[in-house]
Amino acid sequence: MGHILQTSLAFFTPESGGSPNANQIDSLYKITLTIALIIFVLVEGGLIYALIRFRAKKGAVPAQIHGNTRLEIGWTVAAAVILVALAILTFTKLSSIENPPNSGPNGSSLSANIEDDYASIDKKLPPNGKSLEIQVIGRQYIWQYVYPGATEKDELGAPYSYEKMVVPTNTTVTLNIVSSDVVHSWWIPELGGKFQAVPGYHNYTWFKISKPGLYRGQCAVLCGRGHARMIAAVEAVPPAQFEEWLSRQKTEIAEANAAAKEARAKLSKETGPGQVENP
Amino acid sequence: MATYAAPVPQVAAHKVEREKESWTSWITTTDHKRIGIMYMVTTFVFFCLGGIEALMIRLQLGAPNNTLVTPTTYNQLFTMHGTTMVFLFIVPFMAGLGNYFLPLMIGARDMAFPRLNALSYWLLLAGGIVFYASIFWNPPEAGWVSFVPLANATYSPSGGEDAWIYLIHLTGISSLVGAINFYATIANMRTRGMSWGRLPLFVWTILTYSVLLIIALPVVAGAVTMLLTERHFGTHFFDPAEGGSPILWQHLFWFFGHPEVYIMVLPGFGVISEVLPVFGRKPIFGYKAIAASTVAIAFLGFLTWAHHMFTAPIPEAILVFVMLSSYFIAVPTGVKILNWVATLWRGTVEFRTPLLFCVGAISIFLIGGLSGVFLATFPIDWQLNETYFVVAHLHFVLMGGAVMPIFAAIYYWFPKVTGRMLSEGLGRLSFALMFLGILTTFLIQHVIGLDGMPRRVYEYNNVGHLHLYNLISTVGSFIIAAGVLATIVNVLHSLKKGTVAGPDPWRANTLEWFTTSPPPVNNFDVLPLVRSSEPMKDIRREVERRTLGPAPGSGATVPAGARQVGV
Repeated sequence: MGHILQTSLAFFTPESGGSPNANQIDSLYKITLTIALIIFVLVEGGLIYALIRFRAKKGAVPAQIHGNTRLEIGWTVAAAVILVALAILTFTKLSSIENPPNSGPNGSSLSANIEDDYASIDKKLPPNGKSLEIQVIGRQYIWQYVYPGATEKDELGAPYSYEKMVVPTNTTVTLNIVSSDVVHSWWIPELGGKFQAVPGYHNYTWFKISKPGLYRGQCAVLCGRGHARMIAAVEAVPPAQFEEWLSRQKTEIAEANAAAKEARAKLSKETGPGQVENP
Repeated sequence: MATYAAPVPQVAAHKVEREKESWTSWITTTDHKRIGIMYMVTTFVFFCLGGIEALMIRLQLGAPNNTLVTPTTYNQLFTMHGTTMVFLFIVPFMAGLGNYFLPLMIGARDMAFPRLNALSYWLLLAGGIVFYASIFWNPPEAGWVSFVPLANATYSPSGGEDAWIYLIHLTGISSLVGAINFYATIANMRTRGMSWGRLPLFVWTILTYSVLLIIALPVVAGAVTMLLTERHFGTHFFDPAEGGSPILWQHLFWFFGHPEVYIMVLPGFGVISEVLPVFGRKPIFGYKAIAASTVAIAFLGFLTWAHHMFTAPIPEAILVFVMLSSYFIAVPTGVKILNWVATLWRGTVEFRTPLLFCVGAISIFLIGGLSGVFLATFPIDWQLNETYFVVAHLHFVLMGGAVMPIFAAIYYWFPKVTGRMLSEGLGRLSFALMFLGILTTFLIQHVIGLDGMPRRVYEYNNVGHLHLYNLISTVGSFIIAAGVLATIVNVLHSLKKGTVAGPDPWRANTLEWFTTSPPPVNNFDVLPLVRSSEPMKDIRREVERRTLGPAPGSGATVPAGARQVGV
């Protein structure tokens, strides 16, 4: 029982530890939790006290009070003050949650100045304007990640991966989240909040991982029958290893494309014209 | 059954014949009491169906990687569960309570439009039947929020989604007609002396409920009509490829969906505000503050819908505005809770079942209200949105704000409807099981969500202690079910075998207790002038003074229609 209680308390806060924004959300959560617990104990305590102290007893006469304007104005103002304080607290924490920091000195050199193709007020960039931008594409029921390094126009020829995203440590990674079919939601709990992938829209978030490791998550908005299996993972590796992985991925994709083209041509020859797409 | 030394006022005579007890008299009735009973019985059946769906959901989640139901069935189960509880149980059950008690509480003989009232009920039943008929073909599976594009014809080709649309339409028209009826009744049919400042607080909440329905329902009706034409007639309201927007659906749905929360909980608050003073033997603390906070919550409720969309791509200015408006709504809600505690303070609290359910409701709602502050803070919501933390939050809000008050209402008003008391023993058992069950099921769900488990998933891996936590929640859900079952047994048993209640078994404050139990078709032959917000207290005092007082003939008269019975 003690064990259960201990783990419950340890788990009664959001996941964090992967990225500074997740840590800041966690600390804002803990302050709110403290305030909420105090209010809960006071109100619930008052209720229980009233029930015990003023239970019907022989000879007890109920006071015929209809209200107390001063008291009522008092607690209305008190409630408002608590909420104003909470709002101020949130605003002081907001920039550390929303605004990505610069990459560390030992981050990946692939971080580039991000050019905006489309005007956006909600896309946040680090102060020096440099980040590793990865496009996250949600589709039933798999996540696709497109990395920088396009060889042709419109991001074509860029290396990509499915389900597992590989990123360099100490590097600010900005995500550009889109969907190709229904609404999905990108979420890796230890790396910060979740953001919907909505067809026709871009949504943005970021993370910066200092500790190499595997961070897991999954789609958070109902997207169909396979929703529960639309999992995601982010693997953080040292920058050198990341760059090596990325170029290997690029080569493998190019090889696979070439092999597929060959196979299509072969198949087209066997089946006759018009049977195979892009022969 | 307790007996009281004080005399009990009672209506003198009834010249109106009782309605016949044949089935045709039930399906053709326009009597608000019979329609109210049909509402409550029908919606309670849907509550049981929605509850069975919930138990199947919990059974599936009781073990990691469980294969009890298929992913498709699972999606259908939670879609049916959510839709049933919102559209076929809580909202129409409140309408049933309003139907039965609102005319009695304001001293009217019926609703303003009795035939429209019958129409409301039959539309509701039609909506329920259309919706549940889909289980014989393909039930809907896009969730009770039916987000597009998932709910459009490409991704949800089955007719289940259309059944869902027709349910929204039919129950929507039902509620709209009913809401107009409630409003007209309250505005026009109050008895002599029943000014706005003397209106029972339950009636205030039904008034607010009606206004909310009248404003919010046309919006969702428009949205589901757009979905219907999108699915079948080639429109592109929500299709970005054709210049539409999936976010438009989220805005329209939540513009209705958030006020819907208050539509569900405000009448529950009304029940609490009626029951506490009766069993605390003390007037409600701050009548005006409670009535005003009801109206304030309703107004602010229309400014907060986008807090359901904090993770959607919407401008940050909206996030900030909605966070502040959501904080703001916590003020009138908190005021209500403090007023209730103050109502019990220095009273003489009698622990009868209706009071127990109300006190339980306040405790549970308090947890739901406080967890709402986390969700209103948008950076925190980015972590908690769409997880089991939200599932826990909404169940604490609705269990505390609506379900527990509905059970309080059942125990409080059953004697009036049937003329018989419910068993206190079974009532206490039912309360204890439901209260503990709710805490067991939903407290742990906060932790499940914080650990990263999203809602609406049919399976999970046993990471950390997810299996243990989910198992606790599943056990809790069956405890709730046992509690509900105890009340069902209690009702069925007491219908015939319960102690005879008499007109006013609780020594209550409002006018429904002035007439016989069950009330005659015309409710009252005559009514005394209402002189305060607690007319029955005045009437009892007057009878007492007349019976026991020193000097008869001092000018005051016994209220017309009131007759003393044995001391």
